[in-house]
Amino acid sequence: MYKFYEILTGPGLWIAFIVFIGGLILRLTYLFALSREKDKVFYNHMSLSWGLRSIGHWLIPLGSASMRNQPVFGLVFYVFHICLLGVPIFLCAHNVLWDEAFGISLWSMPDKWADVLTVVFMGTVVFLFIRRLARPEVRILTSFWDYFLLVLTLLPFLTGFLAYHQWGPYEIVLILHIFSAEILLIVIPFSKLGHVILFFFTRAFIGFEMGGRRKARAW
Amino acid sequence: MPENSNHISEQPVNVEKIKQILDVNNGARVRTWLNICASCGLCAESCFFYLAKDKDPKVSPAYKFKTTLGEMYKKKGNVDREFLKKCYDILWGECTTCKRCSMYCPFGIDIATMISTARTVCWSQGVFPEGLARTLTNYRETGNQMGTSKEDFIETCEWMAEEFEDEIKGITIPIDRPGAKYMYTVNPREPVYYPQDLGMAAQIFTVAGEDWTMPSSGWDCTNLPMFAGDRALAGEVVRRMYDKALELGAEKILITECGHAYRSAAFEGPYLAGYPDGKPPIEIVHSVQLLYQYLRDGRISIDPDKRIEEPVTYQDPCNVSRNGGLWEEGRKIIEYLAKDFRDMSPNREHNHCCGGGGGFIPMGSEFKSRRMVSGKIKAEQIKATGAKIVITPCHNCFDQITDLNEEYDLGVKVSSLKEIICEQMIIPDHLKPE
Ligand code: HEM
Ligand code: HEM
Ligand code: SF4
Ligand code: SF4
Repeated sequence: MYKFYEILTGPGLWIAFIVFIGGLILRLTYLFALSREKDKVFYNHMSLSWGLRSIGHWLIPLGSASMRNQPVFGLVFYVFHICLLGVPIFLCAHNVLWDEAFGISLWSMPDKWADVLTVVFMGTVVFLFIRRLARPEVRILTSFWDYFLLVLTLLPFLTGFLAYHQWGPYEIVLILHIFSAEILLIVIPFSKLGHVILFFFTRAFIGFEMGGRRKARAW
Repeated sequence: MPENSNHISEQPVNVEKIKQILDVNNGARVRTWLNICASCGLCAESCFFYLAKDKDPKVSPAYKFKTTLGEMYKKKGNVDREFLKKCYDILWGECTTCKRCSMYCPFGIDIATMISTARTVCWSQGVFPEGLARTLTNYRETGNQMGTSKEDFIETCEWMAEEFEDEIKGITIPIDRPGAKYMYTVNPREPVYYPQDLGMAAQIFTVAGEDWTMPSSGWDCTNLPMFAGDRALAGEVVRRMYDKALELGAEKILITECGHAYRSAAFEGPYLAGYPDGKPPIEIVHSVQLLYQYLRDGRISIDPDKRIEEPVTYQDPCNVSRNGGLWEEGRKIIEYLAKDFRDMSPNREHNHCCGGGGGFIPMGSEFKSRRMVSGKIKAEQIKATGAKIVITPCHNCFDQITDLNEEYDLGVKVSSLKEIICEQMIIPDHLKPE
């Protein structure tokens, strides 16, 4: 058992982060090269202010007309992402591990907060899952992968939470936690979750296209 | 229904050709869009087709692009005719490429652009609406969608100038005058069905003392090949117009009160015609801009006694407002013309398509019943304003709302800006016939 743990926190962690970051860089580089040839329209109408506003309005809660049409979803979606980014990065236990593995550690949030945010996050996932099933226009678009990725984002939180509270067989849960988290990191660059970074480019484009060219706000 | 339209050829699908089109368009944007769509469904409620069809999930924008272009890429172009016919229904019958949905998608996915690409694939296999097919032949043979000959066009211009001689002294419609400030281009509906539109434009330009000309060729600013998916011809059509203006040494091209013509000339045309920087070689001006300037600068004055008392609303044509950036001009013009203006909701760049865009109107009777269904949202918007007059600077909006007026008993009068300006403008003394 300890051997698993060793592998996952040792080389496993390195591999996960290298694939995660390297994969994103690779994907971006490929798309960049392709765009120089086939997406001149992206570069022809660049506008810093329209690009930034197009991104910014979708980063603030209910900053877009679209989110305001579905305010509950808009807020849940927002909280979902805040927790998703905030908890793993600023968790005390993680920072200790990052320090050991990579020699970097950031500010850590108190465990109490992390605990609450984790529960909140799990709540938002349940909401998003039910929404997918309940709304016909979302259900028809949702494939197995969409459900899978949503569950995959949930797993590290669920298992981390169980491990923290020492509920269930601690060692197995912890191994599952680390394993699921590493799988998630590896999957991000090669799936729709590539939006982690591609979001900024597609939003910038529609900002140029609607705003830069036509002064129409895409939010 | 497509099964009945006889021009859809039954030949085997040319997969090589489809692959080639898919490949040319397989850039970073399309790859990213097709991949990162989160299937969140936010785009659904932005689409008037979806709203008008009682929220049928199969007409949400994401469903439409996934089941057409998305499938084509997934199958690497290996599709059969059955599939293309299904696409036909979606691409022309359930989307007007109005671009509203891309403003409601968290990733700004440009669905209309993908629908247009899928149209090109279908067009390449002869699967596209009969009504558009007819116009393509005309564009190719005569340079305009209705097949009007040069002689007929010039004759109509001369006739209209004569027609209004007793109202405005010295009115003319100059043809091919070199070095004019504006080369005025129109929708062939005007010379063919509504010649008085040409006459009204001439009256306004004469009163404003404009330096203008009509070209004897390249005068059709519409671009239906753009909606049919024939990009090569679409490029040729705009290039003819640009080249004519450059040949005449005109300073700017002025577009009549037509929406998609402006989108074509100013935004899509440069790419279709192969200008790598995406900018037209000559400045493009839409009528709403120039008419507003006339009123603002006092080149045209309105008789205050003639201002409209009845409630008026403004239909933002997608391709003038959202896709042209010109939503304030029309409103400011109406301030001069009417006392009781009532905006629709939503409005400006968020306005819903009338349901007649994207080639819908010229697609003819085969699509009329669909137009009447999808136009429900527009009919409700208009009704809610309580307006008696709907003003719109677009021929397609005009036709669609005229049909909706009958279908939904709206009890409104539809009008262009030109028409009302002509009714209300003061003819200066020196232009009054003796
Ligand atoms: C995206 C990735 C990850 C997410 C979302 C995540 C999330 C969490 C959460 C929510 C907790 C519990 C916090 C609490 O309830 O107070 C936790 C704890 C923990 N995580 Fe992660 N984690 C991720 C990646 C990792 C990785 C890669 C490792 C190890 C290499 C790791 C190691 C741990 C450890 C050791 C704990 C503490 C367990 C305990 O207290 O016994 N996590 N994580
Ligand atoms: C670790 C990084 C991230 C992961 C794992 C992640 C995961 C997800 C998941 C699973 C969904 C789908 C939610 C659903 O099924 O309803 C989603 C949606 C979305 N994410 Fe992320 N996300 C990440 C980072 C980001 C970032 C950095 C942004 C932008 C700043 C972003 C913007 C969005 C948007 C706009 C949506 C679509 C709306 C929705 O479906 O909720 N995400 N993300
Ligand atoms: S472009 Fe317009 S008509 Fe087409 S899917 Fe989007 S909102 Fe609907
Ligand atoms: S709003 Fe955008 S991301 Fe969401 S389903 Fe529609 S196209 Fe996909």
